Amino acid sequence: MTRVRHAGRRRAGRSTPSLPRIGLGVLGIAGVAAVFELIPRAGLVSPRFLPPTSAMLEALGREAATAAFWRALLDTARGWALGLAIAVAAGAVAGVVIGSRRGLRAATASTIEFLRPIPSVALIPVAMLLYGAQLRSTLLLVVYASFWPVLLQVIDGVADVDPVARDTALSYRLSRWVTIRHLILPTALPYLMTGVRLSAAVALILAITAELVIGAPGLGHEIEVARVSSAVPLLYALIFVVGLLGVAVNVGFRALERRVLAWHPSVRREAAA
Amino acid sequence: MTRALRSLARALGLPAVLFAVWWLVSAGSKSFYLPPLRAILDAFGPTWSSRWASDVLPSIGRLLIGYAGAVIAGVALGVPLGGRPRLRAALEPALELFRAIPPPALVPVFMLLFGIGTPMKLLVIVSGAVWPVLLNTIEGVRAVDEVLSDTCQSYGITGLTRLRVLVLRGASPQIVTGMRQALSIAIILMVISEMFASSSGLGYAIVDFQRAFSIPQMWSGILLLGALGVVLSLGFGVFEARALRWYHGQRSAHREDG
Repeated sequence: MTRVRHAGRRRAGRSTPSLPRIGLGVLGIAGVAAVFELIPRAGLVSPRFLPPTSAMLEALGREAATAAFWRALLDTARGWALGLAIAVAAGAVAGVVIGSRRGLRAATASTIEFLRPIPSVALIPVAMLLYGAQLRSTLLLVVYASFWPVLLQVIDGVADVDPVARDTALSYRLSRWVTIRHLILPTALPYLMTGVRLSAAVALILAITAELVIGAPGLGHEIEVARVSSAVPLLYALIFVVGLLGVAVNVGFRALERRVLAWHPSVRREAAA
Repeated sequence: MTRALRSLARALGLPAVLFAVWWLVSAGSKSFYLPPLRAILDAFGPTWSSRWASDVLPSIGRLLIGYAGAVIAGVALGVPLGGRPRLRAALEPALELFRAIPPPALVPVFMLLFGIGTPMKLLVIVSGAVWPVLLNTIEGVRAVDEVLSDTCQSYGITGLTRLRVLVLRGASPQIVTGMRQALSIAIILMVISEMFASSSGLGYAIVDFQRAFSIPQMWSGILLLGALGVVLSLGFGVFEARALRWYHGQRSAHREDG
């Protein structure tokens, strides 16, 4: 699986996009904005249900001037970041422990396979009962959902350590810490970064879900309030903001991955291409 | 034989231990929210035998229809996008934005546009589960082997035959990867779409129990949901092993060569 993905990426050569590419992209965005402006104006869908793009942007401008909006944005960001940090720390530690012992890996494989597909949303009622509409509800869902990608990636990464290098480290009687620092970490880091990138996106989805369904403070809750009060342009504007947040998370973590792995052959090869 | 037994013991050992621990620790539980496992299992049968046809089956039906729709839409859109670099460049930023919207955030919009009936629930599932399939199809079509592509051209293989024997076949390992990711998203969205204003379905039932403080029933619903996730993931494993038998065989052959 990994190999296929690498082959695809190498051919694509993700260097900096050229000017015409950016131009086409801007054109595409403008096209989508125009379509959403025209559909309600042409009467295909009533503007009561789908306001034109301009009305949406206007509502967004008005909302951005209020303090409540920024507080909600901050609440969402806090739930996301805290939950992600806990999940990454727990997943990395558990992954190193499980991944470095073959017996432990075999013994836990079925349990992980069983727990992982349990949908995180099954925990929503539990969170409602235990914590109610609070940050802790958000955290419970975010941590549960974003723990698995990190754990699985780190287990794979630690298991991927070159056997010759491992034997060499054993022969030289390198201390446990030196082995982790110079052997396990460099091998597992690309896997860990992939896991963190996947988890970051999942964490945002679950943060919004918890706010939307449970009512924990944040943008998701604002969306629900806008829906209940039939503030339709605002509803669309908030969803747009959440989408931008998602883009920021995706782009940011892709950039972080490149930076952290700048020394890694796969990234160096891409840069040369 | 002994080896098979040992691996079976390994696979079932830890889950059995965890289950036993849960059973023992919760046995004397007086906590209202965390009832004994015994009470949960006792509640399981009576709760779901009456709700099986009215809540569970409709949920699974919507899940499967929505999932199938997402896979078809993802592949149908991904093939042209993967094959045309200019089209891809034009649509990529817009797709990036739509993909980044957390799917549950779209539930209010679909409720506004389509009401709270089945079409809304199906659309929620499709709108979230389509992305992994779409993006993986694009990547897969993009990475189709150039030599094979040239060979097809030399032999004058075009149109539907080319699509079937070259493009879809070549991209299928990637498409299946996307389908696996889409499945877990589809389950999540099935539940969420039912948790909002709804009157039937597994997600509705669980929230309903929670609101009525029928705690053992609520936990039995969570167990059922977990079991559904596990069964679907096992079923997908079987499907993947069959659909990609040629691919896994090819890879292990390569590995033996190298």
